[in-house]
Amino acid sequence: MSDRAGTANTPMRAHGGADHHESFLVYRKFKWLKIAALLSLVCFIAYLVHQPKDIPNGGTWLGYTLGGTGAALIVWLTWFGYRKRAYSSGAGRVQAWLSAHVYLGLALVVVATLHSGFRFAWNIHTFTYCLVLIVVASGIFGVFTYARYPSLMTANRRGLTTAQMMANIGAIDAELRTAASSLGDKLAALVVKATQETKVGGGVWEQLRGRPRYCGTDEAARELQTVLRQDLGAEEHEARKLMVLLTRKSQMLAQMRRDIQYKAMMDIWLYVHVPLAIALVVALATHVFAVFFY
Amino acid sequence: MAEHYKIAIIGSGPAGLSAAAHAAELGVSHILFERAKQYSDTIYKFQKRKHVMAAPETLPLRSDLPFKESSREEILGGWADGMGARASNVRMGTEVTGITGQKGAFKIATKGGEEFTAEAVILSIGVQGNLRQLGVPGDNWERVQYQLDDPDEYQNENIIIVGGGDAGIENALALSVGNNVSIVNNQAEFAYAKPANRALILAAIKEGTIQGIMSANAKQVEPGLMTLSVPDGEIQVKCDRIIARIGALPPRKFVESCGIQFSSPAPTAFPHVSDTYESNVPGMYIVGALAGYPLIKQCMNQGYEVVEYILGNNIPPADEPLIQAKLDHIKPAINPSRLIELIRERLPVYKVLTTLQIREMLLGSEIHFKKPGEVIFARNDYTNSFWSIIDGQADIQINPTNPAEVVTLQPGQFFGEMGLISGRRRTATTVARTDCLLLEVPRNSMIRLQRSVPEVKRVIDEVAIIRQIKTYLTPTVDDAALSEVVASSEIVALKPGEVLIQEGTDDDSVFLIRSGSVTVSSTIGGQEVVLAYLPAGNYVGEMALLTKQHRSATVKAAVASEAIKINSTAFRALLDRAPDLMKQVKGKLETRMRERVQVEARPEDTGLIEFLLRQGFSEATDVLLIDESLCVRCDNCEKACAETHHGVSRLTREAGPTFDSVHVPTSCRHCEHPHCMKDCPPDAIRRAPNGEVFIGDNCIGCGNCERNCPYGVIHMAAVPAEKPSLLNWLLWGAGPGPGEDKSEAGMNARTGSKHATKCDMCKDDPAGPACVRSCPTGAAIRVNPEQFLNFLREQGR
Repeated sequence: MSDRAGTANTPMRAHGGADHHESFLVYRKFKWLKIAALLSLVCFIAYLVHQPKDIPNGGTWLGYTLGGTGAALIVWLTWFGYRKRAYSSGAGRVQAWLSAHVYLGLALVVVATLHSGFRFAWNIHTFTYCLVLIVVASGIFGVFTYARYPSLMTANRRGLTTAQMMANIGAIDAELRTAASSLGDKLAALVVKATQETKVGGGVWEQLRGRPRYCGTDEAARELQTVLRQDLGAEEHEARKLMVLLTRKSQMLAQMRRDIQYKAMMDIWLYVHVPLAIALVVALATHVFAVFFY
Repeated sequence: MAEHYKIAIIGSGPAGLSAAAHAAELGVSHILFERAKQYSDTIYKFQKRKHVMAAPETLPLRSDLPFKESSREEILGGWADGMGARASNVRMGTEVTGITGQKGAFKIATKGGEEFTAEAVILSIGVQGNLRQLGVPGDNWERVQYQLDDPDEYQNENIIIVGGGDAGIENALALSVGNNVSIVNNQAEFAYAKPANRALILAAIKEGTIQGIMSANAKQVEPGLMTLSVPDGEIQVKCDRIIARIGALPPRKFVESCGIQFSSPAPTAFPHVSDTYESNVPGMYIVGALAGYPLIKQCMNQGYEVVEYILGNNIPPADEPLIQAKLDHIKPAINPSRLIELIRERLPVYKVLTTLQIREMLLGSEIHFKKPGEVIFARNDYTNSFWSIIDGQADIQINPTNPAEVVTLQPGQFFGEMGLISGRRRTATTVARTDCLLLEVPRNSMIRLQRSVPEVKRVIDEVAIIRQIKTYLTPTVDDAALSEVVASSEIVALKPGEVLIQEGTDDDSVFLIRSGSVTVSSTIGGQEVVLAYLPAGNYVGEMALLTKQHRSATVKAAVASEAIKINSTAFRALLDRAPDLMKQVKGKLETRMRERVQVEARPEDTGLIEFLLRQGFSEATDVLLIDESLCVRCDNCEKACAETHHGVSRLTREAGPTFDSVHVPTSCRHCEHPHCMKDCPPDAIRRAPNGEVFIGDNCIGCGNCERNCPYGVIHMAAVPAEKPSLLNWLLWGAGPGPGEDKSEAGMNARTGSKHATKCDMCKDDPAGPACVRSCPTGAAIRVNPEQFLNFLREQGR
């Protein structure tokens, strides 16, 4: 439509640079992918061209250069944890940092592998190399979850917030309790089960599985199904109403647990990535110390 | 032989009483006439125990009678005591029916047939003598009243109060104790009421103790039923009683019969008075509400001053030091009366204002002195005050790429009206060309002035139309070629949702949107589909003009808007004369037709436009948008916001609606005409030069802004305790971390009173908003209206 308004009122201040959404992976037309690829390529060619006196290893001039580059990358990549939380920092957008973090992290695998000269043994050096691989692998898993789960989460939420989902479940519980007051003991016991033995969240595995080992609501619904097959007489109508409520609650619980599951998937890898990254920095220091002093 | 006095005072309101008391104090022969049986009939008829305010607070009281903020009873008592102590010469229950003669020998006739003579006359009859009536069919129902003496008289009634001014609000509040009260306000806000009253009525409406019917006008009265016209039609409200408090008109007939002229034929006009309150009839003086000054303290000061003036003592008015303080930095030195003289002489906008009105306006305004080359405001600034040149010249840089291309404004001309009208960024930089003496009137004062003096709005609009057409439509066309277009143009005001162009009709005018925004929609497959959204500065309607067909789409106001209607014949003639413009208009027509075809092929795409418009895009200047397909729900945006804003996040990431994957979190949209700003008693909410609407430190925590914001983005919060440094937390786990407030110090340590908090778009940080900066995945962006269209296009892919 009108371009006039645009030309007449071009904003002066940076709004963060973009007027449409752009993933950190695509950031600035894959700027950091290109830089990382170039870095890897340069290292690889140098490795091919280089003719060491001995077999390729970390002790040649190229070995030291690759080692220095790798060490610098590791320190810088770890610094991301600080930058992400340094909210008043004006040093670039975190999105740019993450884009660089991902691609340079991948390049680190190339640099570290070439630095090793493919010589592995049961020692601190290979241990450090292994940590690099595990940390990067966990990071790759992280990128995968970041690409996969956000959309699933939106679709699953159907516009509700966590608080609204909780409130809806609470509302059903209230209905269940009201219904229970006019029910016989057997059915009332099911309501107690459904309202008191149901939880969302729970431990790490329960969160990741997206369903608990035992759910009072599901159990109550199952039992009610069995009960419904029998002749309930006057209570039949009430029992059917109960079934509707339990089914609805089950659905809501499933939705909420799925939500928690997705969030857990997006979080869990950080529990590997971050501690091992710190371990990597320590191992790196030991590796450097060992090389120079032994 | 008639009794003779030096001064005759008509009316014993605060002004007349104060004048009589001062005359008595000085031992000057005088007589005070009062129609009623008691002093100050208007105030006497205030509700019992009514709390009377003493605005403006900064103005010192200058009277022999006491006055401070207190109850009606206390104030009237104080005045009666003061008058008694001074043995003033008073005639109660005596209505003056005519004044003739001239200075030195006025003849005053009363209803009782007595006659008095006086050297000078002070008219202090106020405006209550002529209460404004409802003026609708059926308003002669015996239960329609224009006054409320004692609210306790009424119990368990359905009462409609008409009028959103102080009187209406106070009646409504007093009656709401034992009755079911509705208040009908003809505006969307309580703009005319005192801030404290505004806060009270808004609170009562929110709590539901009073029903507020806004933007409504009386249409008809039947016994027991009142019909009101409201923006979306008509409603009927049951009532046992209607109390209309819709102001008063000057008792013009009587005043004119004394030979006094009014400033204009408008019913709201006031008589002209000089600096010494003298009317066009020498020796006849006018003070108080009739002179345009309704506040008690001002009336009392004027009563005191006018006696001094009659005695030939030229004392400065009480507000003199306040205005003088604004002029202290001006060189060469200028005094307030000279300044007012210059404003009256040179600025056509303010020509119709009385000296007293100008003084009042000056109290809230600034006088600037600028050196040649000094920037007055820059293009893209978001300030929206209104400027006039009193002396010197100023250059408007009309071409952003070439500062040398300027339009020079002369003394008497004004600028800054575009920002005032549209609520958008300044469209051009303005620089002092010579030494400049400038008057800057803040947006709120200007809006108030435009409402109370229509002539001010008319003068501004006359010039604004030309400038808006030039700026938004035809920067390359010279003034001569434009004259016909301008002459045939008119301003059309639109309520939200009002139709400007109806699909299928034959009219072919072109409309330039000058404030607000519109949506363009069309019926496709039996459903109304929004094709486009156009903010102020765009034109619509060219399609029918160029293609000579029926209107192909419906154009509706998205918010309250104004459009300039341009006559099609004049516009076509202009196009023939300006080939550049023709090319541009045709180019736009082509783009629009192409986009229309695209939309028709995929109507589902326009759902996003409609969704965003519902979220306030139509009045936003900057919106935070989150792409949920990228958002990993880390809440780093919220944490960043809290950490850069005293620990309180101004956005709620999770809340707010989502369409497809576009999520609009609960966060400030920085509206063009901010709702929050409408009713801030200390004027703490302002707009920074870059457009950020922010709340200053002088917030008093009244919560008006929180209530007025339709998007729920303002929260009242206290400041939490200090946190340890980031490294301290990261390495040693000291204290609560970013975004956390869980330590012992945490919530309990939130000290002090609550203040309103809202997004300020990190205006003091050159790196931009922290929320966007700290989003790791690129899910959060901020978009302004200029970028909306591009955003929609990108999103559509």
